[in-house]
Amino acid sequence: MKKIVTLMLAAALAVSVFAGCKSTDGGKDSGGSSAEVSGTVATDGSTSMEKVIGALGEAFENDNGGVTFTYNPTGSGSGIKAVAEGRCDIGLSSRELKDEEKSQGLTSTVLAYDGIAIIVNPENTVSDLDIETIAGIYTGEITNWKEVGGKDAEIVLIGREAGSGTRDGFESITGTEDACKYRQELSSTGDVITTVAGNPDAIGYASLASVKDSVKAVKVGGVTPTEKTIKDGSYVVQRPFVLVTKTDAKLSSAAQKFFDYATSEDAKEIIYGAGVVPAD
Amino acid sequence: MKNKRLFEGIIHGIFLVFGLITVGFVLLITVYLVISGIPAIREIGLIKFMFGKTWASTAAEPRYGILPFILTSVYGTAGAILIGVPVGFLTAVYLAKLASPKVKAVMESAVSLLAGIPSVVYGLVGMLVLVPSIRKIFNIPDGASLLAAIIVLAVMILPSVIKVSVTALEAVPKEYEDASLALGATPVETYFRVSVPAAKSGIAAAVALGIGRGIGEAMAVMMVSGNAPNMPSLFQSVCFLTTAVASEMSYSSGLQQQALFSIALVLFLFIMLINAALNFFLKRDKEK
Repeated sequence: MKKIVTLMLAAALAVSVFAGCKSTDGGKDSGGSSAEVSGTVATDGSTSMEKVIGALGEAFENDNGGVTFTYNPTGSGSGIKAVAEGRCDIGLSSRELKDEEKSQGLTSTVLAYDGIAIIVNPENTVSDLDIETIAGIYTGEITNWKEVGGKDAEIVLIGREAGSGTRDGFESITGTEDACKYRQELSSTGDVITTVAGNPDAIGYASLASVKDSVKAVKVGGVTPTEKTIKDGSYVVQRPFVLVTKTDAKLSSAAQKFFDYATSEDAKEIIYGAGVVPAD
Repeated sequence: MKNKRLFEGIIHGIFLVFGLITVGFVLLITVYLVISGIPAIREIGLIKFMFGKTWASTAAEPRYGILPFILTSVYGTAGAILIGVPVGFLTAVYLAKLASPKVKAVMESAVSLLAGIPSVVYGLVGMLVLVPSIRKIFNIPDGASLLAAIIVLAVMILPSVIKVSVTALEAVPKEYEDASLALGATPVETYFRVSVPAAKSGIAAAVALGIGRGIGEAMAVMMVSGNAPNMPSLFQSVCFLTTAVASEMSYSSGLQQQALFSIALVLFLFIMLINAALNFFLKRDKEK
């Protein structure tokens, strides 16, 4: 056993040597135009933001050789706590800060909006549901499409696997945490869309960016999900992805540079790529 | 002369090293699974873990009972064996004894082709063809169910069942059959009364191999079974031991992740048992 551990440590060391080489090379390449920064940017918080923050962090590290970017997926609550206690540079939260959190001297900057589309089969005649009805459907109070104006058929609930950010988002917005009676729990957005496209009685949810023509995104309370309605807040099945910083303390130069980068025009494409709508 | 011996020794050493690589990986995986699988079982409690009926790993008060997964894996594999083995066995008898050489060549290459199809393709076809058909035929709201998984698994185990059974049947000495025929038995009587009993441990090994393949399959069943952690029922969406690990691992953390390792450990023990059974049958065959 001891030998195995030693071997693994040796392997890890060998890899880190290579990693070191690579990042210094990168630094030389990109050091020309912008001021060189080094150090670490520590982020901590929402597990739902893994994809978007991971993509941003990777791109940022590539552009800035000397910087190490870390992300600790602990959940929005602990991320906010971590930044308040100074244990990380930037906290990540997938909900807006509460007033008492703001009064602790924290500032929130919306990085992006996560819009979740409620999708049904194109054959389904139902095209508008309000959020209470959606919650009712997913908790099993409403089980037949005719109760919401459709044909007489049992509603088939399609959801995501436990631990998925989209599931977490959907359940927290609709207030159905741990109460959803899923018929199928699928492990990717693509699977959800394919399944809903193949079953006329199915309903599912998926991030808006990945919804295709094979399914129909229903209006929620009369509002069609689009980038615009998500940004102005009229489409309600959405939540902000927030960067949390201390109001009075200054960020380290590396963290400030990352913050500026993440909220810049350049980062928008990466944010779109992660399936969410960048904030203005 | 001395040089030659040295050379032989070196080659011998090289072979030994390559042989040990496999052994090393088996040991590494076993040790790793045991070390990472035990803590969660300790924390949850063995009885609660193995016989708990509810799996809610991300709930506010998480519950980690894997009985639904265990039963689903057992029922699913048993169902696949129930359908797959008779079909595979009769195909094997036909191929080994009755088929003309031309038919045999075509059918054997079809069987090999079936073995080579990646499991994700089985899953895809199941998801797009089988699941909607089950929904329509049985008039149920959704076709992703234990039944769909059983059918996919039954097809997937066919090649291993057929190939091993054919080998076992072909190994039966021709004298046995000649003697039976000479005594006046018809060919079909001979095959079922003489050849099959003589090959029975090989056929048992084929079944054990099929069970092993069925219980370890993840990708194909994940795409057709719905993955909701219900207690197994033919038309309900179910979750296997393999799919429980595969679908939740990517975003898991803390005790949830450790519990997934524990599921993998349980699965590993199942497979070990099946392999032991397989070895037992093969060994008995050799001793005879």
